[in-house]
Amino acid sequence: MFGFGKDDTNALTMNQPHPDSLLDTGVQGVISKPLDRVDGPKKVTGTATYAAEYAIENCAHGVLVSATKGHAKIKAIDADAVKAMPGVIDVITDYDTFIRNAQQGGETEAPTQGVRTVDYFGEIIAIVVAESFEAARDAAKQLKVEYEPLDDGAFDYEANKDKAEPAPDGLIKGHYDQGDFDKAFEGASVKVDVTYTTPSQNSAAMEPHASIAVWEDGALTLYGAYQMPTSDAQQLAKALGVSQSKVRIISRYIGGGFGSKLGIAPESVAAAIAAKQLGRPVKAVMLRQQVFDATVRRSNTEQRMRLGAEAGGRIVALGHESITSNLPDEDFFEPVGIGTHFLYAGENRRINHDVVRLNWTLSGSMRAPGEAVGMVGMECAMDELAEAIGMDPIDLRKVNDPEQDPELKVPYSSRNLTRSLEEGAKHFGWDQRQKAGQRREGDWLIGMGVAAACRSNQLQQSAAKVELHPDGSATVSSAMTDIGTGSYTIMAQIAAEILGLPVEKVTMSLGDTNDPPAAGSGGSWGAASAGSAVYLAAERVREKLAKAMGVKAEDLTLKDGMAIGDNRSVPLGELVGKDGLSAIGEIKPGQQEKQYNQASYGAHFAEVGVNVVTGEVRVRRMLGVFAAGRVLNAKTARSQCLGGMTFGIGTALTEELIHDPRTGKLVNHDLAEYHVPVNADVPQLEVHFLDERDIHANPIHAKGIGELGISGAAPAVVNAIYNATGVRVREMPVTLDKLLDHLPAL
Amino acid sequence: MKLFDYARADSVATATRDGAVPGARFIAGGTNLLDLMKLQVETPETLIDISRLALTEIEEREDGGLTIGALVPNSDLAADARVIERYPVLSRALLAGASGQLRNKASTGGNLLQRTRCYYFYDPATPCNKREPGSGCSAIGGENRILAILGTSDQCIATHPSDMAVAMRALEAVIITQKPDGDRRRIAIGEFYRLPGSTPEIENVLEPGELITHVELPPAPEGKQTYRKVRDRASYAFALVSVAGIVAVEGGKISSARLAFGGLGPMPWRDEAVEAALVGQEPTDAAFHAAADALLADAKGYGSNDFKIPLTRRTLVATLRELTQEG
Amino acid sequence: MHFTINGQSHDIEVDVRTSLLDLCREHLGLTGSKKGCDHGQCGACTMLVNGRRVNACLTLAVMHQDDEITTIEGLGQPGNLHPLQDAFVRHDGFQCGYCTPGQICSAVGMMDEVKKGWPSHVTEDLGAAELTVEEISERMSGNLCRCAAYPNIVDAIREVAGLGDRNPNEDVGKEVAA
Repeated sequence: MFGFGKDDTNALTMNQPHPDSLLDTGVQGVISKPLDRVDGPKKVTGTATYAAEYAIENCAHGVLVSATKGHAKIKAIDADAVKAMPGVIDVITDYDTFIRNAQQGGETEAPTQGVRTVDYFGEIIAIVVAESFEAARDAAKQLKVEYEPLDDGAFDYEANKDKAEPAPDGLIKGHYDQGDFDKAFEGASVKVDVTYTTPSQNSAAMEPHASIAVWEDGALTLYGAYQMPTSDAQQLAKALGVSQSKVRIISRYIGGGFGSKLGIAPESVAAAIAAKQLGRPVKAVMLRQQVFDATVRRSNTEQRMRLGAEAGGRIVALGHESITSNLPDEDFFEPVGIGTHFLYAGENRRINHDVVRLNWTLSGSMRAPGEAVGMVGMECAMDELAEAIGMDPIDLRKVNDPEQDPELKVPYSSRNLTRSLEEGAKHFGWDQRQKAGQRREGDWLIGMGVAAACRSNQLQQSAAKVELHPDGSATVSSAMTDIGTGSYTIMAQIAAEILGLPVEKVTMSLGDTNDPPAAGSGGSWGAASAGSAVYLAAERVREKLAKAMGVKAEDLTLKDGMAIGDNRSVPLGELVGKDGLSAIGEIKPGQQEKQYNQASYGAHFAEVGVNVVTGEVRVRRMLGVFAAGRVLNAKTARSQCLGGMTFGIGTALTEELIHDPRTGKLVNHDLAEYHVPVNADVPQLEVHFLDERDIHANPIHAKGIGELGISGAAPAVVNAIYNATGVRVREMPVTLDKLLDHLPAL
Repeated sequence: MKLFDYARADSVATATRDGAVPGARFIAGGTNLLDLMKLQVETPETLIDISRLALTEIEEREDGGLTIGALVPNSDLAADARVIERYPVLSRALLAGASGQLRNKASTGGNLLQRTRCYYFYDPATPCNKREPGSGCSAIGGENRILAILGTSDQCIATHPSDMAVAMRALEAVIITQKPDGDRRRIAIGEFYRLPGSTPEIENVLEPGELITHVELPPAPEGKQTYRKVRDRASYAFALVSVAGIVAVEGGKISSARLAFGGLGPMPWRDEAVEAALVGQEPTDAAFHAAADALLADAKGYGSNDFKIPLTRRTLVATLRELTQEG
Repeated sequence: MHFTINGQSHDIEVDVRTSLLDLCREHLGLTGSKKGCDHGQCGACTMLVNGRRVNACLTLAVMHQDDEITTIEGLGQPGNLHPLQDAFVRHDGFQCGYCTPGQICSAVGMMDEVKKGWPSHVTEDLGAAELTVEEISERMSGNLCRCAAYPNIVDAIREVAGLGDRNPNEDVGKEVAA
């Protein structure tokens, strides 16, 4: 799919550092500026088109059918009864081809297929298609399905967790041991041995998963809500058994993803099969309950933290052992210890991941898989260790801020953890923090907490095309997506900075697999990966402009649509000729990610009030300080961090998917009872960025930001609750019932 | 949502007549009914749209009370100057409920008739005696964090989700109805709801076609009023526990007390023993705890909702402290 | 059936079960209002009916034939933005944009409620309220934003209400650009 190394492609594999960046030498002055989103006017007027909103002629409405058993075989579906209902066109299933589970992000194979077997409550087993949404929904609800129960379902985590087995090596190793952990822990002068748990969670993006499938001459166009169209199209082609060249995905606007739209979900394949069978376009939008039941969840986690330290705080033994859950035969495991591998020093380490097999909704990626919940264990345990030693928790972290990666023994590409902690402490007034359980205002116990933030940086192969037109405007196109992250805006800024154009002169085309392939949005790699591809394409266009001007590229200045060099100033439109100029840029990870540990860092500070009567917790203030390389747009970057921090508030206080242990069913599968934070739960959060460049990461010197804001946010809140009350709650979320028994008697 | 016949009623008389037909349901704001119809928890054959009936006024009564039309939206009721002045507990309860959008649509009558938020009631894929009599209760032995600790039966442990109705219970509101034969009934709110017993599907005393037309508020009793709601989010969440309280202190002793509770039972809960434990007592923590003892004597937790017992005690004690504070 | 939406008349026959939201999205090409939950639990579908904000997913179209309905499309268009739309862009009061039309319609209705002197859950004495951060947060809590632009939404509304002090985005920009 990638045209790596082809003519007209400016390809770069990050094998070497890239100390020079055109973003530093550009004079247009738009990079990093807090510019308004270029797609803003469309979004605020409702004219941005999301997946379900394309006006497709003769489009039929599909509503998915959910299984009502936790583990069973389907014996029969009584389609005839509902087919007789007015407006109903057909009931369609394909026991072999429908996908049982959503796919994980970035996979190029089809996900687990086959819905004859129901593996979890709410699995999608069929689609009802009708002339109207109302008719399809009615029929889907009334469809009678006969099941043959299977008696080997595992629905109860507590009852099954002793059957957990080591996770297969994946993104990180399932089990990792370094030095002699047991001996070091045993001999440590201060020890913490505590277990934290986090529940299953759902991304709960505001837009439900949606697909419109249109077949034409044997080729499928799918308007979908997908984060990674390039690999999603590959997954979809494989699932449908058609050639990749026959599948096009269009995802111009995506109403949030947070991991849940990384891989294809059941509605895509169901819509595609139905559209093919019926010979007309089919739209399938998941009901909100189905989004909860049948896409992905973040796994519940149980994390045993063992920290052994010297009296001065130096960690000598670091143990982070987790149990998570997933369906049988699924490789993905929540990489709970991913940040633990490199965050702190400590020669003797044990970072293990075990998985228990449950008939629960697929476990997959949700915003910052690993760190988002793994940091709860790690950073709350650090708070407990600081308390045990009698040390300020910031000092404890500084003492253990390593010089190099404690496992791989390679340098960090850039790391500003200590600076983040220090800056944050100053801004937040950390010196005002009192001992646990000391500060009270009326009925509110007040406390402050801190936690580190870290998120590993990733670069993913991505391409983009930049065209400069005779009218002096430019177009940037890529199968990259903007799921709210700001891709449209930052990619336009990069092109504008390098080509010397006002941002308004750059037209963006994203989210179409007909454009150059890209990794899409996930793992916080989007800006760095697609942004570098734009950089490289623009760099090549710039070289062509220099050639047209008859000057060396380094002697060329581009500003406000003019090429300046050799004492001449020429409008770009005149230089590009009647056909314009274009180039493709393509970036690929290389040796730099092996020779350096690359990650973003930061620090979270939270102040909470805990009601002394009811145990209700309110976040009063929160500050995040982040260092993530070059900030490409100060406004959109800040918003990304606000979002992450709020996810952290949800993790700490409100969010929990409740599985009925008798059936695995998610009982609170809607937005009334799965509590994402509302406006009133979130104070006016503060975000500060530290100036940083990372020359090892990519030519734009930026690192991932979208998931940094969530990593560490929850433990900062939980640690503040401890500081307010003197009570350690180790079971997320910290709902009032868990505090109640520990509050002062009335 | 199943197909239904739709008819807009042009008078209370036609509404009650059409509403008496089996399978008919009234619709006003629709914020709960349509929610449940989409899930096919509710499957009316006919919807009688009463939203244009002239039941939208709040009127003065000679006794100093108010008569509230059944179609007065929750938001208008909460913002009414007379309600704020005389019945602040009602304003506060309304404002603690739902969202601005929902309060604009939800009606006074409809709010009284809200159905439980029990997870299993909401999902036809699971047994529920309230939804499907005789099918069993999934919440007993299942997930019941949000469910009842008082007034339950072995058939059902649902809670009534309203905030407004809790305040009205404390205010001893009277529900005015009209029946298909034109008869009007005045039903004290304390007589309006039914305990689940062995028939949890029957939630109140309304007869087929009987329409709530008004709610009367008698003059407010002496005393301070407050509504305290405890929930899992700062806003836009149902009550885990709520207390509507009206308490007067005279000469250092509690002279009158009205207390009603949300989130605890199948109806807005009031227990006269609680009030009896307070009246005539000095406003001390001992008296407040005695009131909590009276309230919770028969409380029963079902596992994940056990915490509601101590939470209720603490919330009640703190509310009574607030209501009996000087000044 | 007859509808008046954004000042325009529409005569159209739809299934009696059609929600006001689906009428707009599926039959009239007005896809600006969003469906997030279809159960009144997220606020993405918020429209103005006779000037009052409501969840369009939880009401039947057939019940609104005599009403004046305003959707996001009726508030402003690119190049001709309503002051709240403009403030949302400048304050970055959204990210993915899916909840945004509902947030903006809700804010329009909410500001009118404040003008009428309606109190909220956090209004101390149930009197007329100023649009403080706390008041706006409470009153806008019927609109979920999973991207969590809440602080920016509050700032955008405060600015339009004439209470805007600082725009934290501008500050951050200076810091980084320096």
